[in-house]
Amino acid sequence: MLTIKNLHASAAGREILRGIDLEIKAGEVHAIMGPNGSGKSTLAQVLAGRDLYTVTAGKVLYDGNDLLAMKPEERARAGIFLAFQYPVEIPGVSNLYFLRSAVNSIRKARGLEELDAFDFLQVSDGKMKLLGMDPSFRERPVNAGFSGGEKKRNEIFQMAMLEPRLAILDETDSGLDIDALKTVADGVNAMRSPDRAILVVTHYQRLLNYIVPDFVHVLANGRIVKSGRKELALELEEKGYVGLETTVAY
Amino acid sequence: MPDVIEQQDLYVSSFRALERKFAARDPRWLSRIRQEAIRSFAELGFPTVRDEEWRFTNVAPLTNVMFQAAPDETDSWKGEGLERALAGDSPDIRLVFVNGHYSERFSVIRNRAVGFEAGSLAALLRQKDGALEAHLARYANFRIHPFVALNTAFWQDGAYLRFPKGLVLEKPVQVVYVSTADETPLISSPRTLIVAEREAQATVVESYLGLGPGVCFSNAVTEIVVGENAVLDHYKFQGENERSFHMATSQIYQDRNANYSSGSISLGGALVRNEVNAVLDAAGAECALHGLYLVRGRQHVDNQTTLEHAKPHGSSRELYHGILDDRATGVFNGRVIVRPGAQKTDALQKNRNLLLSPDAAIDTKPQLEIYNNDVRCTHGATIGQLDPEALFYLRSRGIGSEDARNMLVYAFAGDILERVRPAGVRAWIEAAFHARLAQGLSPKEVL
Repeated sequence: MLTIKNLHASAAGREILRGIDLEIKAGEVHAIMGPNGSGKSTLAQVLAGRDLYTVTAGKVLYDGNDLLAMKPEERARAGIFLAFQYPVEIPGVSNLYFLRSAVNSIRKARGLEELDAFDFLQVSDGKMKLLGMDPSFRERPVNAGFSGGEKKRNEIFQMAMLEPRLAILDETDSGLDIDALKTVADGVNAMRSPDRAILVVTHYQRLLNYIVPDFVHVLANGRIVKSGRKELALELEEKGYVGLETTVAY
Repeated sequence: MPDVIEQQDLYVSSFRALERKFAARDPRWLSRIRQEAIRSFAELGFPTVRDEEWRFTNVAPLTNVMFQAAPDETDSWKGEGLERALAGDSPDIRLVFVNGHYSERFSVIRNRAVGFEAGSLAALLRQKDGALEAHLARYANFRIHPFVALNTAFWQDGAYLRFPKGLVLEKPVQVVYVSTADETPLISSPRTLIVAEREAQATVVESYLGLGPGVCFSNAVTEIVVGENAVLDHYKFQGENERSFHMATSQIYQDRNANYSSGSISLGGALVRNEVNAVLDAAGAECALHGLYLVRGRQHVDNQTTLEHAKPHGSSRELYHGILDDRATGVFNGRVIVRPGAQKTDALQKNRNLLLSPDAAIDTKPQLEIYNNDVRCTHGATIGQLDPEALFYLRSRGIGSEDARNMLVYAFAGDILERVRPAGVRAWIEAAFHARLAQGLSPKEVL
């Protein structure tokens, strides 16, 4: 589904990604772990199309197409979803209006009929229930005045509504208490399916107890320095990142 | 191209040509006022950028155009395009003026409560002479303001609304001024007088629209008296076409515990200036001024407000949002004056601006003049661009960049639009706003 080859990216003239290679197949859950500043969030943002970063070398193929040539909205319509580390507050736009516009622009691109207000409410009622969200969330402005946990939950709610083929979760666990973490993980697990891939970016192993990955990759200084099965996450939890960082040769 | 002095003389000489016609119709007190007003215009002349209040608004583009007053052709007018100009659901009172003349045919006056007067100012002048003399030209000061002076000298007609004591009206009253200018640039001087007597409660929607393709100049003056404990919600919609001119002054006088709120929505033109001046002249008066302006191309919009707290325990809330695109320019000048006797005044003023292009510009000047130390007053102004993070967030959810941009602009405007209380009027204004927003870089018409 996703093939990343020798990806280099920089921001403000500073190179952050220094040659990433990664292959993700439908049905798989991959976790990318690494210390702060290793480039985890940059990778997530580059995949979603953030123009803050310049890709200087390498390529990314999504279903065989050149992902980097696509605009952010085209990527979303093709099934890519990024759950933001810091969801943006948009006062004055209701969650309902925002999400219905998003759902319908994606449905339109897929040749599906747009959801009317009634259908949208029905579909979203079920998904909100699953995430333990009050329906009043819909009426509130997007993320404005939300607590950290509410924002993260809102990201997963959006993911559930948009039904992406490739979901990228950027530090969705940070700042969550254990109950909120479980709810969010349940929401993600409910979406696991043979034709959907999930990429979990996290600093902590804790989340991976609840969203169990098929593969774990360690990112350090802009490169994947180690890949393995889910046991690798536990190993990291015990030993930390220290040894791995030093193994990177320049 | 005539120079400014010649233009001044032209206005004065065209008054001389009209004065006999006015004198035949007007009561003597009004003739005297017109004479005084044209004299004061001759003395004041057109303002220049050397006048502090006109520093950022150059009226030269206006004085370069030769306008004509349209003859009264309302009888033969078919009302083309009028349906777009009508706000909300079927009103009981709708007064329509075409190029400054009252159109009886397209106006609606029904279910009128006892004592409620609504109609053409020129017509009612003959019947209600005394009542009008007490108010007309008593508030908007033609001695210091050249455009108010011109309106006072030249006005032909306009709306007169008097809400009698205790009358509570549910439905908004509509006052519609349309221009049908085609090849010949047309000037009109709409004059509105609204008197809400003690404990009356009403909503008035005043709109200015261009239904023709040509250039028009609306030089409007609205005087509003809000009596003791009365509540008046007033919306003004400015929407002539992008080549037109609009100079308007709303002058509000508030009595004890009077509650006045205004929503001024301005969609721009070649040169637009909206002045709103409220005097809180008795204890406990409340005033809310909200405004929204949207300009693009090479349009210019200027909003001037003065809130004068003259007596104790008054409160005022002012919030103006501006959206400027392309090479458009704007001015916000908000004065809040707290007189020595106005203890316990509570005033809040805010102007926020969104610049959508690096070539758009806004001059904003909030001013507090406080002559008393027992008050609570805050003010502020901001100028910013669309948040790139928010744009990316929306696009990452599949929303196209143009829609994402409009969504954010709309959210910014929403802070003001949501304060338009009657749902029908709000929907109408939102539709006009959306249409203008969706028009892209070269707007032709508003609606």
